[in-house]
Amino acid sequence: MENKKFSRPVSLTANENIYCPGCGHGIVHRLIAEVVDELEIREKTIGIAPVGCAVFAYFYWNFDVTEAAHGRPPAVATGIKRVLPDRIVFTYQGDGDLAAIGTAEIIHAANRAENITVIFINNAVYGMTGGQMAPTTLINQKTATTPRGRNTRYAGFPMKISEAISKLDGVTYIERVAVNNVKNVINAKKAIKKAFRIQMDGKGFSLVEVLSMCPVGWGISSEAAVKWIEEKMQPEFPLGVLKDA
Amino acid sequence: MKKVLMKGNHAVVEGAIQAGCTAYFGYPITPQNEITGHMAKRMGEEDRVFIQSESEIAAISMVFGASVAGARALTSSSSPGISLKQEGISYMAGCELPGVIVNIQRGGPGLGNISASQSDYFQATRGGGHGDYRTIVLAPYSVQEMYDLTRKSFELADKYRMPVIILADGYLGQIFEPVLIKDKLASVKFEKNWILDGCKNRKPRLIRSLFMGENELENHNWKLKKVYDTIVKKEAVYKTLLTDDADVVLVAFGTPARICETAIAKLRSRGVKAGLVRPITLWPFPSGIISRLAQKVEAFIVIEMNLGQMVEDVKLAVNGMTRVLFYGRPGGGLPEVSQIVKISRKAALYRGKDGK
Repeated sequence: MENKKFSRPVSLTANENIYCPGCGHGIVHRLIAEVVDELEIREKTIGIAPVGCAVFAYFYWNFDVTEAAHGRPPAVATGIKRVLPDRIVFTYQGDGDLAAIGTAEIIHAANRAENITVIFINNAVYGMTGGQMAPTTLINQKTATTPRGRNTRYAGFPMKISEAISKLDGVTYIERVAVNNVKNVINAKKAIKKAFRIQMDGKGFSLVEVLSMCPVGWGISSEAAVKWIEEKMQPEFPLGVLKDA
Repeated sequence: MKKVLMKGNHAVVEGAIQAGCTAYFGYPITPQNEITGHMAKRMGEEDRVFIQSESEIAAISMVFGASVAGARALTSSSSPGISLKQEGISYMAGCELPGVIVNIQRGGPGLGNISASQSDYFQATRGGGHGDYRTIVLAPYSVQEMYDLTRKSFELADKYRMPVIILADGYLGQIFEPVLIKDKLASVKFEKNWILDGCKNRKPRLIRSLFMGENELENHNWKLKKVYDTIVKKEAVYKTLLTDDADVVLVAFGTPARICETAIAKLRSRGVKAGLVRPITLWPFPSGIISRLAQKVEAFIVIEMNLGQMVEDVKLAVNGMTRVLFYGRPGGGLPEVSQIVKISRKAALYRGKDGK
């Protein structure tokens, strides 16, 4: 064990990432790359990058990747997977992409039991556009569009979309994980691996929600951001398996 | 080859299947429902992909995905649904993805009605969605052409790597006519060295329309322009009827072109030298034939089932060389033969008036 060398997965390119310091995307990109390596599926994997910060995911993964319109990755994944059922198809989507503009697409892909994997990054904010309120923004959380904090009277509640999707009969596996500490990162990788395995076994729709840091969007330090996940996000979005059919 | 009596919407389906369309995605809307319904049956029989999607937006996004994976993919809808598809069409144009979109037009704006119309000419021929792009637009005028042009649309889409629109109307979707069913296309297996099917024995590929680097998007736009220029040069298709000696030339596509044929027979029997130019590609617009005829005809009369949209393209082609008149009816109304005859006779007499 002490001889194990920390090296770059084959499924990750050498491109330097452009994400902000303390951002969780880099960690999740790497976890996916490690899982794809370990499952030996790099040569048959097709990833779908979202609109948002992670649109640049295609610079970091060393396998086939396509762009999709905002919110549409589950529909694009459906098109790809139905045409090429023996390939591994996954979407990588933020909370705005999946839980706001793409709500219909994710719910119906899940309900059709599409044999795809969804990696859902929940960082409670729109990062790319400058920190606006996301569907998952916490109550009283200040954002660019909730300057006095999210008021449920005008702006609704943090959306628990994974819980909602888990009620659908078409869903095989949903788990919520986080990447704010080593233990959670290890668990996150396990969940991502399980989700891909479910697809490989033809068992249907799998989704992993990842609570991820956006210190710049939250206006706090990287250090404070990892604590913020534990102290503020986790009580609202508890970690754990939501469905394992 | 065999001849079969068929509904226009069914002919689209059979044309697509013959062209090797292996994936169809659609959402119900009148008057194109027979396409989705017949596709459900036929794609099942052929063991190909059929999905009734949750929305038009999802349907075009599935076409996007199927195209990424290398399939010949189709979606169909009618006017309000086509508006929703514009997002995906723009992304396909940006990502250089082939695909076919059938619009069995109905009246608008808004929910309009379910009668036949040609109110989406602007939307189809100007790109339709956001961004600087074009789509090839094919306009059938019979059930046979619904079949033939759908077949052809997949070839064009693959050849130029772009979305192709079939712009028909509710009448063409609903009427029955005999169709000559042709053998399968020879080039169904089009070589595609850009698709995403896993990076086995090759470098990973990327499909995108986002170009953030300096000049990157401009260069991409110029690259697309080059393709569009080639299409304008090579792909314009039209039919003419009795234009050689014509004083008055009608210009019409789709259903109104059939009405014009009747009107021309009447006009000729009364000694009025009338002819017809029928654009089959609306983009690229067959400007060449219009410009050539403009040097010798007394007037063009554009006949449409809308408030006058193609008339702008005719005027651009005529470029002031002769008069361009318009007669049309929006909202489901059919242009009347008697009106066309009346306007044409008046236009033909015009020369006498200013003593030329």
